[in-house]
Amino acid sequence: MTWTIFDTWIAITGSLVAMSCALLGNFLMLRRMSMMGDAISHTVLPGLVAAFLLTGSRDVLPMFIGAILIGLLTAFLVQAISRYGSLDEGSVMGVVFTTLFALGLLLIVQAADKVDLDPSCVLYGAIELTPIDVRTILGHDIPIAALTNGIMLLVNAIIVVLFYKEFKLTAFDATFARSLGVNSGLMHYLLMSLVAATCVAAFESVGSILVIAMLIVPPACAFLLTRRLSAMIAVSLIVGIASAWGGHAAAVWVPLQLGLDSTSTAGGMATVAGLIFLTVFLLSPRNGLLAQVAGRLLLSLRFARIDLLGQFYRALERGGMELGLERSQLRSMAEAGFWRDPALFVMRLRGEVQTAAGRWRLTPHGELCARRHIRTHRLWESYLAEKAGMAPEKVHPSASRLGYFTQGAIEAELERKAGHSQRDPHDREIPE
Amino acid sequence: MNEALRVLLLQDYNTRLVVIGTAMLGGAAGLAGTFLMLRKRALLGDAVAHATLPGVVLTFILLALTGGNPRSLPWLLGGAAVFGTLGMLTVVLIRRWSRLKDDTALGIVLSVFFGFGVCLLSIASRLEGVNAAGLSSFIYGKTASMLMIDAVLIGGVALTIVAVVAVFYKELKLLCFDQDFAASQGLPVLALDVVLMGLIVAATVIGLQSVGLILVVALLVIPPAAARCWTHRLNRMLVLSAGIGAASGLFGSALSALAANLPAGAIIVLVAASLFLLSFFVGSERGVLWRLIRRWRLEREVGMQHLLRAVWELAEKEAGPGRIGEGAVGKERLMQVRSWSGKSLDRLVRRAVREDFLTDTPAGLRLTNRGERNAARHVRNHRLWELFLIRHADTAPSRVDRGADLIEHVLDEDLVAELEAELSANGSQVPVPASPHKVVPT
Amino acid sequence: MSESPLPLRVTDLTVAYQRRPVLWDIDLEIPGGTLTAVIGPNGAGKSTLIKAVLELIPRTSGRVEFFGQPLASARHRVAYVPQRESVDWDFPVTALDVVTMGLYRQVGWFRRVGARQRATATEALAKVGMDSYAHRQISQLSGGQQQRVFLARALAQDAELYLMDEPFAGVDVKTEQAIVAILKELREAGRTVIVVHHDLHTVRSYFDRVALLNMRIIAAGPVGEVFNDENLQRTYGGRLTLLSDAVEAMASRR
Repeated sequence: MTWTIFDTWIAITGSLVAMSCALLGNFLMLRRMSMMGDAISHTVLPGLVAAFLLTGSRDVLPMFIGAILIGLLTAFLVQAISRYGSLDEGSVMGVVFTTLFALGLLLIVQAADKVDLDPSCVLYGAIELTPIDVRTILGHDIPIAALTNGIMLLVNAIIVVLFYKEFKLTAFDATFARSLGVNSGLMHYLLMSLVAATCVAAFESVGSILVIAMLIVPPACAFLLTRRLSAMIAVSLIVGIASAWGGHAAAVWVPLQLGLDSTSTAGGMATVAGLIFLTVFLLSPRNGLLAQVAGRLLLSLRFARIDLLGQFYRALERGGMELGLERSQLRSMAEAGFWRDPALFVMRLRGEVQTAAGRWRLTPHGELCARRHIRTHRLWESYLAEKAGMAPEKVHPSASRLGYFTQGAIEAELERKAGHSQRDPHDREIPE
Repeated sequence: MNEALRVLLLQDYNTRLVVIGTAMLGGAAGLAGTFLMLRKRALLGDAVAHATLPGVVLTFILLALTGGNPRSLPWLLGGAAVFGTLGMLTVVLIRRWSRLKDDTALGIVLSVFFGFGVCLLSIASRLEGVNAAGLSSFIYGKTASMLMIDAVLIGGVALTIVAVVAVFYKELKLLCFDQDFAASQGLPVLALDVVLMGLIVAATVIGLQSVGLILVVALLVIPPAAARCWTHRLNRMLVLSAGIGAASGLFGSALSALAANLPAGAIIVLVAASLFLLSFFVGSERGVLWRLIRRWRLEREVGMQHLLRAVWELAEKEAGPGRIGEGAVGKERLMQVRSWSGKSLDRLVRRAVREDFLTDTPAGLRLTNRGERNAARHVRNHRLWELFLIRHADTAPSRVDRGADLIEHVLDEDLVAELEAELSANGSQVPVPASPHKVVPT
Repeated sequence: MSESPLPLRVTDLTVAYQRRPVLWDIDLEIPGGTLTAVIGPNGAGKSTLIKAVLELIPRTSGRVEFFGQPLASARHRVAYVPQRESVDWDFPVTALDVVTMGLYRQVGWFRRVGARQRATATEALAKVGMDSYAHRQISQLSGGQQQRVFLARALAQDAELYLMDEPFAGVDVKTEQAIVAILKELREAGRTVIVVHHDLHTVRSYFDRVALLNMRIIAAGPVGEVFNDENLQRTYGGRLTLLSDAVEAMASRR
């Protein structure tokens, strides 16, 4: 297959939709209203149908007005019913959006001869056909869908920039925002109207399912990757664009490899967005699943290494270390447990231990490290016994645990508070 | 008309099948949905439902490619159940291992799984020699094509749901109410949660065919929400919710069988929604109508109390603590005491005159005997409440009930006597003690 | 060795809660027939102690014995009163329903609550002076009344050891008096009660033993011996900054 200008336009249109949705989605997610985006993207259906029926045309303006009104109605109904019926918002959202969507379906079927609207088109659109319908601007043929969604993106961007700090504040703490005189109700309804309008702009080309995916998934990825709102918005836009291009390419290319025709681009974009999320979820450097697991492994390794250093040093203290320790003696170092062998391996890499003829001993460098850890450990023991009033026979496990984490400022502070001690509560010497 | 009667009386074999099957589905979903709502996870059903699409389509494609019957409902629903469960597990996984909130996790699963399903659907529809048109009925629902074996399957799963709820009723109740306590009692909280989620997947999956995956969540959410408006008892709520669900299924599918252009899924949901609206307004426990009437009555009652008290207290200022003498009170002075508008005060005064609390004399307003008795009671109550709030500031706010007719109805007599004694010690007479603070027009 | 085993013995209990260690090497022994208050500043881990003891949150290390046995075999002898805020009081159940929940274990799987359990529950409600409210929906009860319902649920279990999390939080005077009377009755009957408490003024008059907690057990024993200014100072005043810094560092690494 070849990539044509059509494909480029499809991807561009998709990117524009993805960016307008992702932009708003950030605020939805921070207000814990992601599912409100889901609800509104369903409820615009009756709004559209009503606009068709009333005006009898496919004009853009009535469609937008219908959608915005229905978006506001959805937001209002959810709030009012959950307040007056003391029902939780999730349930009420379910009640409201299914009811309105059912109403929309019924209207479509009833007015099938008057309304040229296919319900499945509302769900997953026909982005593949958008490049056919063009308007010539400044000598270029630009698909109408790209124009509509481009303008929508512009409107969203302008409003978000204008009200950036208000959106930020109401998303973070609505009550506080109100106390500062920010009308958080107004901001809420403004956001909902924008979501509804974006849905309408997008539905013809990509359908509501992609709207939901782009409202929610790119901001979720961004949330896992950054901690600042401005950075989050930027990242979510990039993820949106990547999903659009990747999604269309995948929809065309992957089925081809299996000997099939190309598949739905909207579905492909949602799927690729999902894959990007999966990647971020697994690999995000700070919060990714792998990072979390790896962090735990490294920590266990560090614990084991510190335990082993302590064991070596105590053996040294007892004397008889000239020949080093045998594996069997090492095996009794229960504290290191499963991690003993990996830790020994790491220690050898770091030049802290050496092995000769099956016996292990500390290198001079290792001895220094061990001495330092033992000092920390015993200082903690004295500190816990003297300052925290713990019984001397009980301080060992606590001191070990604290020792694992004692570095930098805490180590200096420990020196200051307990550094004068010469001997630990078990009357063993504290090495310098 | 004759046709309608035939349908409603279930005389037609196929209609009977469809209607009974959908009614059972509605009942079962109503039961499962009640616990889901009480566990505050109502929208989980939505995510599960959307997540089933790839399961259905994938099964369809596999059946078509291997030469099976790609329209076999048991297989398709089996595939749906697998992916529904997968979707639910993904929600749990995201919640457990990332900082994302519940709603975001639901949205991700919902849209990505569904998007993937749409891809597969598009592929399935272009498979050679296979007609995939029936698959879209899983999205919007279509009851008419139900076969005997389908109805039996749906009915069987529905009965299983009912049985599981009956067997684990009290354990599920405790799980939803107080998870910590349930754990402290040694209940396997995790296993019970799995049972509950299993119920949700089962109810969703059997609803796919008749209601469609976009709207099936309605059967999980709307009946419990409607039932909640009628009762404060869980057992009644379950019965009601199942009843409302069954009624929606029954009337919805019967109605849609009447005419060709009534899509079953939408009609079932709209019937359920009308039942919800009805419950929301006139439900005996939380009906908004009753609540509004109650509030309107209370406002009237409180307005009258304020008027009588204000007249009494202004008269007291003239006559000395605890007495009101014969003094009349002008409306201008009343206007100063409270934020009445001239109009609302006039209306209030007219009502007070009509009810024989006040007489409107040229010198001003004067309390009648009946009005004086009433006013004295309100003044006394008000002052005792105020003193109570001052003396027991730490715990009082939770007990104050100004709407109570007499303070004794809320606080016990010893406490009231104590408060009364304290008030009269400040130099005033019972039955109507002096106000703890001066009455000043503001 | 003739004396019966202690109702509660906690050895070396350490708990990391939401990544932050909140309890360090707790050793605690509670003798039978006593009323013990667990006191300490906010965030000292009082509720965590109760929850960890009951295995509601995972323990990092340590051993807990009830009457010389692990929890699983002593569960029927232990009753728990959670914090009032921990549940949704809009839940569609009546006061009586809540109290019968304490008997679900006794009823067992696959069986319905019977007349006998309802009678027991009504009796428990009567003990806390709430029998006339048995069929009220729980959201229609005042805070104090809700707390008494929770207490009744524990009483219905007829346990030997009661663990109560802040039963006096936000209740009115009358309820507080009623709860104290019940606690003393329980003690007269030889039961053991452990209460997470926040009001230092009433410790002396309500309890006979006290455990002062601030991440560690600062002191535990009869009120007369350990409830003194020095121990209170050590519990509430001067946190050991070095220790909390180190703990903070641990939390951020986990």
